[in-house]
Amino acid sequence: MPKVVFREDRCKSCGQCVIACPVNIIGFTDRLNEKGYRPAGIPAELMEKCIGCTSCGRMCPDLVITVYK
Amino acid sequence: MSEKVLMKGNEAIGEAAIRANCKCFFGYPITPQTEVAAYMAKKMPTIGRVFLQAESEIAAINMIYGAAGTGVRCMTSSSSPGISLKAEGISYIAGAELPCVIINIVRGGPGLGGIQPAQSDYFQATKGGAHGDFHMPVYAPSSVQEMVDYIQEAFDVADAYRTPVMIMGDGMLGQMMEPVEFKELKSERVLPEKTWAANGRMGREHHNVINSLFLKTEALEEHNNHLGRKYDAIKKNEVKYELMNTEDAELILVAYGTTARICKNVIKLAKEKGVNLGLIRPITLWPYPQEAFDLTIGNTKHGYLAVEMSMGQMVEDVRLSVEGRKPVHFYGRSGGMIPTPDEILVKAMEIVGGNK
Amino acid sequence: MEVKDRPILFKPTKGMLDVPTHYCPGCTHGVIHRLIGEVMEELDIIDKTIGVAPVGCSVLAYDYFACDMFEAAHGRAPAVATGIKRANPDKIVFTYQGDGDLAAIGTAEGVHAAARGEQIVTIFVNNCIYGMTGGQMAPTTLPGQKTETSPYGRDVATAGYPIRFSEMLAQLDGSYYIERVSVDKVAGVAKTKKAIKKAFQNAIDGKGFNMVEVLSICPTNWGLNTEESLNWLRESMIPYYPLGVKKDLSKEEAK
Repeated sequence: MPKVVFREDRCKSCGQCVIACPVNIIGFTDRLNEKGYRPAGIPAELMEKCIGCTSCGRMCPDLVITVYK
Repeated sequence: MSEKVLMKGNEAIGEAAIRANCKCFFGYPITPQTEVAAYMAKKMPTIGRVFLQAESEIAAINMIYGAAGTGVRCMTSSSSPGISLKAEGISYIAGAELPCVIINIVRGGPGLGGIQPAQSDYFQATKGGAHGDFHMPVYAPSSVQEMVDYIQEAFDVADAYRTPVMIMGDGMLGQMMEPVEFKELKSERVLPEKTWAANGRMGREHHNVINSLFLKTEALEEHNNHLGRKYDAIKKNEVKYELMNTEDAELILVAYGTTARICKNVIKLAKEKGVNLGLIRPITLWPYPQEAFDLTIGNTKHGYLAVEMSMGQMVEDVRLSVEGRKPVHFYGRSGGMIPTPDEILVKAMEIVGGNK
Repeated sequence: MEVKDRPILFKPTKGMLDVPTHYCPGCTHGVIHRLIGEVMEELDIIDKTIGVAPVGCSVLAYDYFACDMFEAAHGRAPAVATGIKRANPDKIVFTYQGDGDLAAIGTAEGVHAAARGEQIVTIFVNNCIYGMTGGQMAPTTLPGQKTETSPYGRDVATAGYPIRFSEMLAQLDGSYYIERVSVDKVAGVAKTKKAIKKAFQNAIDGKGFNMVEVLSICPTNWGLNTEESLNWLRESMIPYYPLGVKKDLSKEEAK
């Protein structure tokens, strides 16, 4: 299954990826990064629902996301 | 041994730039320097170089910023109101430390002013001329030959110090025709390689950025200090002036450009009347030849008479250089009126004869 | 298999330097920058491209792109780009400008670069407001839109009408390719990338003037969150600034 990796220190919690995800598996984690933002992420149990469309990566303004096959 | 050709000042400027390897010319028509653009329009395409008439003087100076930032020799030309338009661009060029040559063929001002010669852009040229702490070397030729010689110098000084350089003539110099020799000018300068140019990475390990923005205060202060050190070096190495008959002059005229030529005649006329006048002719207006005053201050009984085609701009630098040690006088004409040798002589005689 | 050894479907582009940006959360400058970076990488032109940054929120763009960059005075980028390109015809040159930079102070420079058919790419980011200075009215601000300098809503009686810059430049014979796109959704982002790629390819092929106007959001100065901003773009901006190709001389040439 595809895997999405978020570079949490770069995330600004803008929510573009959350809005873009067609299977609604992206949310905000409960961590705070160094800048005080709550980084986006996919809960482990939802990762299997990822369809590898890369919409999240395409809407991210901050180079946070890498999508692996 | 090159031959002499009769050339109009504005056209000689163009030819000199071409011989100094100017690759790009961006300009805009404005009286009395339009012939520079016309000459370049005709010549540059025939030798595979770039001529472009910009939509405004603002656009032209920004095209210069672009070409200069890629390490290419380039020049623009304008006159007083057009130089005002370029002010922002000149500040950016100075801040980003880009080499280029700017020709100002001065006309009467302020505002739309007139189209006849003037020297009323002295403040603008020598005191930075735009926002921020910066200077640029300013050359004031007083003949078409000098204009030609100093253009080569200007391109080299621009490259050596990474600075815009201005050549300031007046409408007379631009329009007059004089015999000119394009000498094979051999420069002693070692010009540094332009490793800073943003002309495409082409495998370079890091990207280059042409920029004058330094948001961090420490960085901007350091940048200004760096520019200051550069200007100190230019002041130390690049001052140029001519002294004529100053060894025991009763009064020393101070004039540049066309006015200096007229003053040379005044000296001859004064000699016929038994009066010894001298002349300091600044060739670099910035850096101003303060040392010429230190050299002559002891000799001159009545001090200095600044003669300008303005309401009195360079005279302030004369006062600064003299530092109150001797009297400083001023004679000027404006509006495009060119002072005659006779009227200058009258003023000089007033000062010398009347024991003021 | 280790994650990092798996084939990659999407990753940050080499066309951008790997540094954090100062843009607000959700600001689509980051997206548009990335698309330009991806296009440069895919066309293999990072090394021969020179970009010109504007004055505006993206004034620091010169710190984000991997190619050589210039910072230009406000509005002057097309003139700077002209100087760069004319002096270096073999290089690819683009400008990146906001609505103040191109449609206000830089109108003359933009119009004339297009009229001359400069073989450059202009990326015009239109968010109907002046972001960097805190949300003032732009030439693209919509009638009735509230900004810091139109606090009662833009009144066309005193402030006039917004400018549709793409349509305006498309009138000029020197314009080669002009398209308006939007980054309000994934499909729009894909179209935007395609348009940017087309523009850069044109520049590589010596064709110009090329412009891609990208409708963009400004959550901070619109006072909306990301989702609300994307909706406002769709509902208010797109009707005034219709998407689509405004000029494409390659179609003429194909005939």
